[in-house]
Amino acid sequence: MTDPREAGFVGRRSDGSLIRRPLSPHLQVYDMAQMTSALSIMHRITGVIWSAGTLLLVWWLMAAATGEAAFAAVQWFLGSFLGLLLLFGLTAAGWYHTLAGIRHLMWDAGRGFDLPSVYATGRAVLIGTAVLTVLTWVLLLLFWN
Amino acid sequence: MADGKTVHEAALRTPLGRVRGLGSAKSGTHHWWMQRVTSLALLPLTLWFVISLIGLAGASYAETLAFIGAPVNAVLLLALIAATFHHMAAGLQVVVEDYVRGELRRKGLILLIQGGSALMALASAFAVLRIALAS
Repeated sequence: MTDPREAGFVGRRSDGSLIRRPLSPHLQVYDMAQMTSALSIMHRITGVIWSAGTLLLVWWLMAAATGEAAFAAVQWFLGSFLGLLLLFGLTAAGWYHTLAGIRHLMWDAGRGFDLPSVYATGRAVLIGTAVLTVLTWVLLLLFWN
Repeated sequence: MADGKTVHEAALRTPLGRVRGLGSAKSGTHHWWMQRVTSLALLPLTLWFVISLIGLAGASYAETLAFIGAPVNAVLLLALIAATFHHMAAGLQVVVEDYVRGELRRKGLILLIQGGSALMALASAFAVLRIALAS
């Protein structure tokens, strides 16, 4: 009992005997080739990626507030190959996290828990992410002036 | 409990504690609920922001300042900033709580996340306000 929360890990097997359960979605417990668990951890990973991505938002806004030279620097970076690659990755991660998030809100409302629905909405999230990511960049390139 | 014989589940819960429904963390479902509330707020705000950025692609410095400083845009940006960094801190905190062992390391990381998110939110909001109030 090195961790104070170990007490909370104690559960029961279906035969009634006690078992010390792992705390949380530990990756090694699940078969990651399953769509359900893979999409679940992807939601988390894309959330963490976007948390890092907000640094770009802070940089962009602070540079705009600082002056023309600072703004030119951030615009140069975002327009560079690395910058565009980062923005494209963030777009995909953002759409995934948004669509998977809507799926989570649906579950929070108590809907779509049966297995066929879970697979159908999971596929919809993947297809939607691809479509919306491409659409975003097509629009971006169309409106670039 | 570890001897496998008995589990005393309700013994330490007082009637008052049960009525308050706040649990051992003293905040009930507040953290979970605010994560959902901010996620709902972020749906329209992020969509608006993405569409705005598409419109801003290739815009000059003056045009960008004019966009950020326009009253409606500035208010929506401030709302986006508040929802984004609240949602981000809440989400990252849960990741740390789930995966990081050791009370000191876990608490330290959570404080770092909350402090970092607060600073990023303040910096972003300050930038928007400075641009909006200067024009």
